[in-house]
Amino acid sequence: MSAVSQDTAVRTGRVTRIFIYLVLLLFALFYLLPLYVMGINSLKPLPEITGGNMMALPKTWTLDAWRSAWSTAQIGVSPTGLKPYFLNSILMVVPAVAISTIVGALNGYVLTKWRFRGDTIVFGLMLFSCFIPFQIVLIPMALVLGKLGLAGSVPGLVLVHVVYGIGFTTLYYRNYYATFPTELVKAAQIDGAGFFQIFWRILLPVSGPITVVSVIWQFTNIWNDFLFGVSFGGTSQPMTAALNNLVQSSTGVKEYNVHFAGAIIAALPTLLVYVVAGRYFVRGLMAGSVKG
Amino acid sequence: MTRSTRADLRTRIQDWLPKVVLAPSFAVTLLFVYGFILFTIFLSFTGSKMLPIYNFVGFTNYRRLWAQENWHIAISNIAIFASLYIVICTALGLLLAIFLDQKIRGEGVLRPIYLYPMALSFIVTGTAWKWFLDPGIGLERIMRLWGWESFSFTWIKDNDMAIYTIVIAAVWQTSGFVMAMFLAGLRGIDNEILKAAQIDGASSFQLYRRIVIPMLRPAFLSAFVILSHLAIKSYDLVIALTGGGPGRATEMPATFMYSYTFTRNQMGVGSASAVIMLMTIAAIMVPYLYAELKEKN
Amino acid sequence: MRSLFKTMLITGTMLAGTAGISHATDVEVLHWWTSGGEAAALNVLKEDLKTKGIGWVDMPVAGGGGEAAMTALRARVTAGNPPTAVQMLGFDILDWAEQGALGNLDAVAKSEGWDKVVPEALQKFSKYDGRWIAAPVNVHSTNWVWINKAALDAAGGKAPTSWTELVAVLDKMKANGITPLAHGGQPWQDATVFDGVVLSKGNDFYKKAFIDLDEATLSGSDMADAFDRLIKLRSYVDNNFSGRDWNLASAMVIDGKAGMQMMGDWAKGEFLKAGKKPGADFVCIRFPGTQGSVTFNSDQFAMFNVSGDDKVKAQMAMASAIESPKFQSAFNVVKGSVPARTDVPDTDFDDCGKKGMKDLAAASSAGSLFGSMAHGHAAPAAVKNAVYDVVTKAFNGGFKNGAEAAKALAEAVAAAK
Repeated sequence: MSAVSQDTAVRTGRVTRIFIYLVLLLFALFYLLPLYVMGINSLKPLPEITGGNMMALPKTWTLDAWRSAWSTAQIGVSPTGLKPYFLNSILMVVPAVAISTIVGALNGYVLTKWRFRGDTIVFGLMLFSCFIPFQIVLIPMALVLGKLGLAGSVPGLVLVHVVYGIGFTTLYYRNYYATFPTELVKAAQIDGAGFFQIFWRILLPVSGPITVVSVIWQFTNIWNDFLFGVSFGGTSQPMTAALNNLVQSSTGVKEYNVHFAGAIIAALPTLLVYVVAGRYFVRGLMAGSVKG
Repeated sequence: MTRSTRADLRTRIQDWLPKVVLAPSFAVTLLFVYGFILFTIFLSFTGSKMLPIYNFVGFTNYRRLWAQENWHIAISNIAIFASLYIVICTALGLLLAIFLDQKIRGEGVLRPIYLYPMALSFIVTGTAWKWFLDPGIGLERIMRLWGWESFSFTWIKDNDMAIYTIVIAAVWQTSGFVMAMFLAGLRGIDNEILKAAQIDGASSFQLYRRIVIPMLRPAFLSAFVILSHLAIKSYDLVIALTGGGPGRATEMPATFMYSYTFTRNQMGVGSASAVIMLMTIAAIMVPYLYAELKEKN
Repeated sequence: MRSLFKTMLITGTMLAGTAGISHATDVEVLHWWTSGGEAAALNVLKEDLKTKGIGWVDMPVAGGGGEAAMTALRARVTAGNPPTAVQMLGFDILDWAEQGALGNLDAVAKSEGWDKVVPEALQKFSKYDGRWIAAPVNVHSTNWVWINKAALDAAGGKAPTSWTELVAVLDKMKANGITPLAHGGQPWQDATVFDGVVLSKGNDFYKKAFIDLDEATLSGSDMADAFDRLIKLRSYVDNNFSGRDWNLASAMVIDGKAGMQMMGDWAKGEFLKAGKKPGADFVCIRFPGTQGSVTFNSDQFAMFNVSGDDKVKAQMAMASAIESPKFQSAFNVVKGSVPARTDVPDTDFDDCGKKGMKDLAAASSAGSLFGSMAHGHAAPAAVKNAVYDVVTKAFNGGFKNGAEAAKALAEAVAAAK
């Protein structure tokens, strides 16, 4: 799965290449611009933002805004900063990503290597969960969580994210495993290997790239979710809810530098994941979902 | 127990195990997706206002929905937004992917730069772009501070142009992801085919138009599906960037549905709009899924 | 697989437990007062409850004047897991009471005599079917205009008391090269200005149009005239107004970039924080033509049905603490509003605050105290939002003239009723 990462064989001339580099750099600037604006303004004292040019580098560099956003900014009645909410998010995201990925892998395995009559329909039906707008499910979900006794709790929130994540993870793993030779599975079966043994020994070891895709996708979606977190999180509100409380304050001086620092802090884990695992992401996409 | 019956039992369990493994996911989907959709359809025929109530009112909610000016604004906005967003994202993603595929030095640096906006949440994207597009503090002011006194860029404050600022921010967020999908597709094309065509004297442009792009069909389809469902679901970005304003100029079906259900206490009308949205999504997705899944078998 | 899921759930629950331990004697409070001053004021309440052995579980949800908070609340009530107390405005409280979701505070209210000290106009929202359901925190009055003193002096120096005088001052300011009217283009802000315009056409007119929702009044020529005035006001606002937060508009007046802002009494806090003195640096007047009348909104804590004696006891203690004169004074001094009970001494309040308390008492006894349409105290949410739609459209130039807007208003209100 990792063999096909060579560039195209198409040749280009010198002028064309300069043009290509120019375009690529221009768009790199376009993509970086908002991050740049947030980054440098989070390092300025407030008067420099309200009175100055937002593109200019800080005259006085300061980390005060970052410190404030992390540990002293007023979020609710207590000035806790984003710190405690960071932990809440981790406690919710880790199990939700783990469960939805594992379930997706098993589903993909069943749907490609243990096919049964009607499996395509089952898969098609499951896929539709990717496309349902979340605002629609809010009220019925509240009813169900209430009945289950999971309302306002982390497990409830984990359940919600797993439910609306398995469509994607199943899709990824199914498409990935579809390219894996079924003969190997058949051979292992003849050798007496069981359902889980085959999964564990044969498919899991080659699942690296698609697992990266699945984990990145789920991690980003769940980490960035606001609607479910604020509605079902109860007293352990996630990071996005806290960030919203930080930047949406209705009265008082808007501390833009603190807002920007907070926004970057809230985005750091997902940014880190993209930068570190980004190259595997393209590889994983190539191996799996695109062929969907 | 004899040897053969034990083996029998084992095979039987092995036969059932895959279905047992799949069953919870399927059951959960039936309840949380299809059950909820049915519930929403049901609500759209009731007089629910603040919380669900179960009195049947026929098609009243649908009549009221189509009588709402806001809903018509939302429909025309989503048409503008979705078509521009999908076309620009696809074109830009394809262009960047083809360019990045030319043995570019520093690809490892450029790729995460293109991709990272996808990692950010709507609050971050919205706040950053709101700032940048605001004439008082953003782009317009910067240009003027740099000496271009007559520069004017007030789209975000303009009733007719505000919808396009949402297109800009949305393209910024997802075009890198589309690029990654096309790049993956490009890397999957067998170079031998390209070499053969080059020997036949085809120019680079012809090569891409005649051979490469047609081979990327699956990537185009995936991109279309992902982009169109993101467009219909687009809620967060609108709220963060314009809050639906100026006036109601950037109202979208998702923001409409949300505000009628949760802040205007007209849950019935909100549900009716949700049903229309779901029908639209189904109209796009079902043929696609059908074609894709049928082809595979 | 299932057992793994279960283990995860249990682990999750245990971990969650450490994050937010909740005793039986805690109150869980959903609110959107997340910024410095307001949060600090709420902290007064939290500390007060702590001395009584009651814990405070905070659930702040900011954004859009509580819209996000109301969505979260709906999910919690639907799930059968409502918070103890929820910050709420006007008709929202009555709507929830109608759903049977609210508790009964009569025990506390009777023993502390709330009926006598809470103004009649507020009780309309704190009581449902004769029983107390919410504890009012404050009264905001919304028909204020905040004027930069230097800008006013340059424009003749006399604070306007009628529409004609207002237009004259605005024209002068425009000629002096500043933005005459600082305004943020958000529906509730547009509607706040419109409240003032409608009230300036007379108490009866306001009552008939916005409280009684009389169709002939809504579509009549006076309403057409009110819309014409609103459209006229738009011409004094800079082009960059859309989506601007109200406090940024206040900052424009504070800095002298703009002449005046039409905003509720919470704007005062912005001026004070910037070190400005009432009378010397800025002038606060009633919306020209509304002297002697007050449109108000009132923040209240609606008390939800909670189960368990301990929880009910904690809830009652919280309600009692909110209505204590000590908290009423401490909170409202910080928030810039007026206490929700009439017997709170005004010693700790500044001059504007003292004036506000007097105005409120006077308007209340003269029958010229009205719920604000813009802030959900004149009509239920569906009607309020229908009014928002038309007002915002009018302010953004969506109608040819006032008559067309008035017709649209009557239609929108009728459709939403």
